Amino acid sequence: MNEPSQTGMQRAALEVHDLSVSYHLRPVLWNVDFTVPTGQLVGIVGPNGAGKSTLIKAVMGLLPATSGHVRLFDQPLDEVRQRVAYVPQRTSVDWDFPTTVREVVLMGRYGRLGLFRRPRRADREIAEESLRTVGMAEFADRQISQLSGGQQQRVFLARALAQGADLLLMDEPFAGVDAATESAIIELLRTMRREGRTVIVVHHDLSTVPDYFDMVLLLNMRLVAFGAVEEVFTNALLQRTYGGRLNLLSEVADLMHRQGRHGREAR
Amino acid sequence: MMWNELIVIIGSSLLGIGSAAIGCFALLRRRALAGDAVAHAALPGVAVAFLLAGKNPAALLGGAAATGWLSMASVDAIVRRSSIREDGAIGIVLSVFFGLGILLITHIQAGGSAAQSGLNTFLFGQAAALLPEDLWVFGGVSLVLVLGILLLYKEFALLSFDRDYAATSGLPVRRLELAMTTMIVLAVVSGLQAVGVVLMAAMLIAPAAAARYWTDRLPVMIGLAIFFGIVSGVAGALISASGRAMPTGPWIITAATACVLLSMLFAPRRGVLARALRRKRYQRRAEEENVLKAMHHLGERDGRPMESRSIDEIRAVRPFSSDQLGSALRRLLGDRFVERLADGRWRFTAEGARQGERVTRLHRLWEVYLTEHLQLALDHVHDDAESIEHILTPELEQELQQLLDHPAVDPHSRSIPYTGSAPNTTEIRSGEEPE
Repeated sequence: MNEPSQTGMQRAALEVHDLSVSYHLRPVLWNVDFTVPTGQLVGIVGPNGAGKSTLIKAVMGLLPATSGHVRLFDQPLDEVRQRVAYVPQRTSVDWDFPTTVREVVLMGRYGRLGLFRRPRRADREIAEESLRTVGMAEFADRQISQLSGGQQQRVFLARALAQGADLLLMDEPFAGVDAATESAIIELLRTMRREGRTVIVVHHDLSTVPDYFDMVLLLNMRLVAFGAVEEVFTNALLQRTYGGRLNLLSEVADLMHRQGRHGREAR
Repeated sequence: MMWNELIVIIGSSLLGIGSAAIGCFALLRRRALAGDAVAHAALPGVAVAFLLAGKNPAALLGGAAATGWLSMASVDAIVRRSSIREDGAIGIVLSVFFGLGILLITHIQAGGSAAQSGLNTFLFGQAAALLPEDLWVFGGVSLVLVLGILLLYKEFALLSFDRDYAATSGLPVRRLELAMTTMIVLAVVSGLQAVGVVLMAAMLIAPAAAARYWTDRLPVMIGLAIFFGIVSGVAGALISASGRAMPTGPWIITAATACVLLSMLFAPRRGVLARALRRKRYQRRAEEENVLKAMHHLGERDGRPMESRSIDEIRAVRPFSSDQLGSALRRLLGDRFVERLADGRWRFTAEGARQGERVTRLHRLWEVYLTEHLQLALDHVHDDAESIEHILTPELEQELQQLLDHPAVDPHSRSIPYTGSAPNTTEIRSGEEPE
């Protein structure tokens, strides 16, 4: 095991080594391997079903890896959880849940607090501050079902800010969000990058990739390419990512899925 | 009041406290059926305990808890290891365990001892047979559940709202889920003797479901659920004490169901009546605004906005029924948007003229927006604008004006009026949205 390296911008925020992930024996990610330096704004791009969300869920330990491993800030996830914030897809939770904007943002502090301990005044102030940063302070007492899609996304971002993380993994933060929120969020992410934080975003709008990101990761079940936007975001590589299905790969995946069902064929 | 009845009342309400509190989390995690599975799965545990230890209350409860808990573990394992979803897994586990329980009870009955064993009471419950020492069990269980929720409130709330985030922030979600499941098992099992396996799930879910209608705050919801739990317990016990052959368990459940029904109907904001009222109010406002718009159109035609109009003139612009128009005008009169002249004709007040113009402006702005920004054909935009004009808020109107750069005419080449479009322009009534 490596020694925890000295502080500094050159240290890797995220290392993914040969990561493979399967759902019910159907592989969805094959041997994904890349390293994200700190202070970068990274877009993960690929067609539907490419495994983009799966990748960040596996990084966050929400899905088990069938092989490979992940290191964050040169340490295993459990050592650095508070430095890493996961921002799930907006639609993954029930927005009719009986709670307020303020309480959701305060949840960003729960991990640090640990079991049984109640949030203190300092925690509440941090939550308030995070709400101000995303421009949602006046909505603090709103019930969350009264928020628009863009406001919901801001609340999730505020929760990640309240956590005080150095690395954010965001799942489709711009999906179903109004233009004003999208530019507000990207402005915030740029500010965070300037402060030396690292932000990794699952993204679906190819047209904004060169404008938004420093680095881009092209994914379609396997890693197609990863690097600086100007080097990797090329027609040829996009063709390889989106052009046709990766027929052989997905057929093999289907085959493995059926094997797992004790050879019972569908037809 | 009889000593015995008092025990039943206290017992029933103690029972309601704990199960209602933990039931809130079962409901919010969409695991409402889990309680049903636990209750049914407790039956084989009761039977086995009877076979092993005879009619020992603690043993019977222990057995119930053991198989109830096992059923939850089975559901979990099925979901984890197969492609069967949770609802399917609960269905399977519930029926298998319950079937096994019935099998065992029948076997015991064949041996002739079930009648005196009192095992039958576990099916439908027999609160009337509660003993003073049972109160200690109910009180103890409710205390443990309420204390547990107080202690783990923030963890349970986060787990219920966003399990993935809870997991990534380092909370021990598996162990917390285990704790929550154990608490549900405890609540269900403790109530079995009084309410029975068939009905116990309702004690868990009904008070929580009723409480959800009244509030958008989780702590308040839990408090209200406890209140409804106690009310159901007391009401059920009182009703059953009032006559012969009135079983307590079913009456408790009936009372809890009544709480749900009343909440569903009468709760402010979320209730059925409140929603209907809101819709009605919106319809009325739309009618009023349509009348103002029609009067504004008349003014546009002859260039005399403050001229008085007859009912027939207004109906020539827009085919209101005479009832509709009459009542809308009366309401507008009350709000001082129009005034009625001695000859029965109607005229705008200054504020009414402004509102008539505002609705017209919103209609036309929306048509411009649809044709220019959404590329809709001309003949498709009117109907849409007819409904949107009643909904747009002043903020959205401003946004729209900026976005479109204050267009002078709409797609039908009618001019868009801006005279009253000062910053202090207000809606007739703010805040009501259509369903």
